[in-house]
Amino acid sequence: MAAEMRIVLRNADQINPDKIEDYVQAGGYKALEKARSMARTDLIAEVKKSNLRGRGGAGFNAGMKWSFVPEAPVKYVVCNLDEGEPGTYKDRTIVEKDPQRLLEGMAICGHAINSNQGYIYCRGEYPYVVDLLRRAIDQARSSGVLGDFNIEVRMGGGAYVCGEETALIESIEGHRGEPRFKPPFPGVSGLWDKPTVVNNVETFANLPDIVMRGGAWFASIGTPSYPGTKVLTLTGDVVNRIPIEVPTNTTIREVIFDFGGGIRGGKKFKAVQIGGTSGGFIPESLLDTPIDADSMRNIGATLGTGAVLVMDETRDIIDIVTRISKFFEHESCGKCNPCREGTFRAYEIMKKINKGQAAPADLDKLALLSRVMTKACLCGLGQAAPGPILTTMEHFKAEYQARLQI
Amino acid sequence: MATIQDIINSYKDKPGGIIEAYHAVQREYNYLPEEAVEYAARVFGISAAQAFGVATFYSYLSVAKRGQYIIRMCESAPCHIAGADILIKTFEDELGIKVGETTADGKFTLELTECVGQCQGTPVITINSMPYVDMNPEQVPAVLALCK
Ligand SMILES: Cc1cc2nc3c(=O)[nH]c(=O)nc-3n(C[C@H](O)[C@H](O)[C@H](O)COP(=O)(O)O)c2cc1C
Ligand code: SF4
Ligand code: FES
Repeated sequence: MAAEMRIVLRNADQINPDKIEDYVQAGGYKALEKARSMARTDLIAEVKKSNLRGRGGAGFNAGMKWSFVPEAPVKYVVCNLDEGEPGTYKDRTIVEKDPQRLLEGMAICGHAINSNQGYIYCRGEYPYVVDLLRRAIDQARSSGVLGDFNIEVRMGGGAYVCGEETALIESIEGHRGEPRFKPPFPGVSGLWDKPTVVNNVETFANLPDIVMRGGAWFASIGTPSYPGTKVLTLTGDVVNRIPIEVPTNTTIREVIFDFGGGIRGGKKFKAVQIGGTSGGFIPESLLDTPIDADSMRNIGATLGTGAVLVMDETRDIIDIVTRISKFFEHESCGKCNPCREGTFRAYEIMKKINKGQAAPADLDKLALLSRVMTKACLCGLGQAAPGPILTTMEHFKAEYQARLQI
Repeated sequence: MATIQDIINSYKDKPGGIIEAYHAVQREYNYLPEEAVEYAARVFGISAAQAFGVATFYSYLSVAKRGQYIIRMCESAPCHIAGADILIKTFEDELGIKVGETTADGKFTLELTECVGQCQGTPVITINSMPYVDMNPEQVPAVLALCK
């Protein structure tokens, strides 16, 4: 049986998250000390060499992102703890178990890009995490470990789109959270138009180990093109609904049947949606795929946030996709037409199919609309929204056909 | 209870602090009274229309008056398949109100929400932001009784 490998959750349940002494005792803040003894370019080179790719969904090489940041008097490090993707609870788990690790990771990034101000954007639905983080920051500040690096926590307001990095920046600035046009990318012009690195919680949380043990060590774990571990959060009809941290060459089948303990109530597997609510639906025949981002993309799915929603044989795919369409209709920020109108129409057609009132022509329209949205929407929300529709049309076509009015 | 003005003033010097100020007001008052939004507009130097635009963009903030206990039912896909619909119906029946409404005594408001990040224990509700996981309809009366 495949085994867990813990990097970001190494200290989970081993230390008291509310005591910085415990974290230091476990070796915490040694990496920051080491990073600060390194030249900034060497530190960035080491992170690049680790091939650590962003854990927030897009999977961009973290060291590469940092290397694009130009010289400027003021720069920012922003941590994305918006975690709005349904089925995902990994960032909350990481922070609740070991908040100092995140602070250390952010300070390492601060040294790399020469910034002394960090922000953590935490979703409003996690007020108890905000409190924990503020206590952790106070402790870190009074014990002096962060040096001149400051960290402030800001709360989100229940808008999924604010997880998108430029919408998040707008929100920290006190505006409506509508995505900006890119370029310029935040690395060049972000928060208050200053160079800004935005990374996910899990990305930052990997940094202390990469600094201590070296980029080559990290690069050798899991799948070479997307190395390291990934925290996955299991939910739905699986026996163990738990967070796990596994090397990225672990297969979906191992995740569900070894770690997840299989399907609840002795039922059969029907589908799994990975990566959150915008992720693709995956049928039984593709379960031997490794979870790394590239392998997932090759089967038309995503790794995304690492949410794993398991559905048993009794589940109604059409009803679930209809519910997901409502999510996107509700969360579209309305800035661009293909998404504002497209999510509305997609939900309208899905409702019609779900009620058994759709004709074959409706399916064609839905497929066309979906393809247009993936190309024409301004941000990732609208581009990814049709994913569940397109992948279920492909893998569960019979369920759509059975619902049509003839 | 701190006045709305005092709360908002304390965020005055924080760049982009209007959303933090809104959260602070809502923590005390459970919603954003109209005068809070208008006052925030003045303090942060934007128009009232812009201040309302910010307040209404965020579903976690409410410009409508709400009850003492805000019950939010998650209806995202994982909670949906775990029976969110039946749970919502049970709350509606027990409280005698529909989603989006507040009981006549001003005690309970019932709302829908998307995922609150507790999907290890679907279906999930929150009461004044604290999560209650693995809910089933039989537990609804007991959970309501906790709200004194
Ligand atoms: C609609 C939308 C929602 C997103 N939500 C999140 C989120 O909750 N957390 C996150 O880290 N990244 C989220 N992202 C990705 C961010 O835009 C960005 O790529 C990420 O924070 C970069 O960090 P990383 O490279 O470390 O992953 C979202 C993107 C989109 C388009
Ligand atoms: S794609 Fe949707 S969420 Fe993104 S900018 Fe356009 S309307 Fe807003
Ligand atoms: S889906 Fe309901 S809490 Fe995440």
